[in-house]
Amino acid sequence: MPANCFNGFTEYGVGIGLRAPHYQHILTRKPVVDWFEIISENFMIGGGRPLHILDQILEQYRVVQHGVSMYFGSAERLNREHLRRLKELVKRTKTPWLSDHLCWGSVDGRYTHDLLPMPYTFEAAKTTAQKIREVRDFLEVPVVVENVSSYAEFHVSEMTEWEFLREVVERADCGILLDVNNIYVSSRNHNFDPLAYVNAVPSERVAQIHIAGHSKYQKYILDTHDHPVIDPVWRLYARAIERVGHTATLLEWDDRIPSFREVHDEALKANRFLASATLAAAG
Amino acid sequence: MSLLSLQRRMARAVMAPLTPSERMRRVAPNGRPMRAFAGQFIKPNDRLTSFERLEIYNRQYWFRVLSCLNEDFPGLRAVLGDRGFEKMAKAYLTDCPSRSFTLRDLGSRLEGWLRKHSRWAGSRLALALDMVRVEWADIEAFDEQAEPPLLPEDVAKGGGLDLHLRLQPYVRVLALRYPVDDLLLEVKHEENSYFASNAFSERRKRKRVQAVARLKPSEVFLAVHRVDDSVYFRRLEREEFGLLNAIRKGKTLHQAIESGFRRSKIPVAERPARVEAWFRTWATLGWFCRHDTIPQKP
Repeated sequence: MPANCFNGFTEYGVGIGLRAPHYQHILTRKPVVDWFEIISENFMIGGGRPLHILDQILEQYRVVQHGVSMYFGSAERLNREHLRRLKELVKRTKTPWLSDHLCWGSVDGRYTHDLLPMPYTFEAAKTTAQKIREVRDFLEVPVVVENVSSYAEFHVSEMTEWEFLREVVERADCGILLDVNNIYVSSRNHNFDPLAYVNAVPSERVAQIHIAGHSKYQKYILDTHDHPVIDPVWRLYARAIERVGHTATLLEWDDRIPSFREVHDEALKANRFLASATLAAAG
Repeated sequence: MSLLSLQRRMARAVMAPLTPSERMRRVAPNGRPMRAFAGQFIKPNDRLTSFERLEIYNRQYWFRVLSCLNEDFPGLRAVLGDRGFEKMAKAYLTDCPSRSFTLRDLGSRLEGWLRKHSRWAGSRLALALDMVRVEWADIEAFDEQAEPPLLPEDVAKGGGLDLHLRLQPYVRVLALRYPVDDLLLEVKHEENSYFASNAFSERRKRKRVQAVARLKPSEVFLAVHRVDDSVYFRRLEREEFGLLNAIRKGKTLHQAIESGFRRSKIPVAERPARVEAWFRTWATLGWFCRHDTIPQKP
C-alpha cells in the first residue's frame, strides 16, 4: 500500500544517507539499497566530481533530496537564488518529494548554518506555512518538513512542539518527515514524554521517518548522528510505524562514519518494524 | 516579541565571538549582561540556565564555521601557523559572517578582507594573499560549471584574429609572487598522510614551518583547472598568462596575443609557433567554450 500523497504515493523501504566516504563502495560494489537520501546543498553546484558521482548514483538508485538551509521558519523572505539552484537539482534527481527542517537559521541575510528552534507561536506557524507553500509551488514537488532537535525553548511559545508541528503542516497542507531521534533528544532536553509527541502527530501526513544516534552530555543530549540508534529511539520508531503504517525510513549517520556495511546493517534493523506494519495492514 | 525580533536577538548572540576559553561571553551584543539578555527570551530548565542553553548554540556555531574554514584553507593555516590562523579566522568570521546558504562559500570574501586587515598576516601578507587566492581558486575549480568545450579544430577554424573565446567557468588564471602551489601540494600531501599520533603531529608542524620559512619570492603564473573531476595546478609562462587573462577579460584573439607578448623577451620569430602550441594544449585540455553568456571571474 503506498504511503500517502505527501511522498508522491511512493512505497520506499529503508534508505541511508549518501555520504562521501561510501562513494567508492557504492559505485564499485553496487550494494542493494532501497534508496539514498542526499543533502541537497552538497549538490547545488555547477559541476565537477559531486555531480558526476550523483549522476552515476541516479543511474542505479532512487534518490530523495533532503535540505538543511531552506529555513522555512526564518522571518525573512526566501532566497530566490537558493530556490533556483534547488529546482535545477530537483529536475536532475527527479526526487519524488523533498524535505527540509521546521526551523530557522538565517536573519537579515546572515546564515548561522544551524537548525535553530522555532518559537511555537501562531505568528511563526503562519509565516512558516506560507513559505512552505511558496517553496512547493515553485519546485512543483511535494514538500515535507522535519522536526528538529532542540536545546532551548522560548518564553513566547504558545503551544507544545507537536501542536506547532500540526499547526504548520495543516496550514501548509504538507507532509511530515518525522525524526524520532530528534523527538527523543528534545524530550530529554525539555522534559516531555516522547510518546505523547509521537501519538499526537497527524499520522496521515507522515511521509518519511528519520532514525539516528546522538551523544549524551552531563546536562543535555546533542543530536550528533555519530552513533547507532539506541533502544528507546527504536521503541519510538515502532510506535510511529504502528500509527502511520509502512513508511519510507532513513538512517542518518553524518559524523565518525563507519563502513557502508555497518551503516546499512544498522538501517536495515528498521525492517522488522516495517514487516509487522505490513502484516498488521494485511491482517 | 515578534518572530523577526526574536530571531535577530538570538542570531546576534549565537554569532557573537566566544571567549578565549571557548565559552559564551558574559556581555551581550547590546552591552547588557548576557545572563539577563538570554533570560529575556529563553526559558531555563531544571538543569540549564537560559545562558547555558543559548551557549550551546553559540559554541556549536563557532565550532562549525571554524572547522569549515580550517578544512578549506589548510595552506593559509600553514602560512600563518595554527594559532595565527585561528585568530585570523575568528576575526574574519566576525566581520564577514556567511551570506550564502552553503558553507562552500564561507571563504569567498577572505582575500578582500585580509587585504584590508593585513595585520592578521603580519610580515607574511603577500604570501598569505597568494595562498588564499590559490585555495579559493581550488574550491571554485572543483565544482564550477563545465560548458561543452571547443575542440582544437573548432579553435583552429574559428573566426580568425577577431575571434572571441571564453574560458571555462572552472578555469582560473593567477599571477602570484610566491610559488604557493608547491607549498599547498606539500601541505595537502601531509594532511592526507596524517595519522593520530602526537609525535607525528609535532613533526608535521615542524615540517610545515620549515617549508613556509624556506619559501622565497618568485614570480609564478598559474592556471587552476580541472581534469576528470580532479583539480590541477598548471604553471604558465608569463606570456601564456597574459594571453589567457586577456581572453578572460573578453578581448579578441588579436588583442589577447598583443597583450600576452607585451614586454615579452620571446623573439618575434618564435611567437607564432609558441602561440600555436599553447592553443593546442589549452584546447586539448578543454579550457575554451562557446558559451557567450558565462560571466567571467578572475
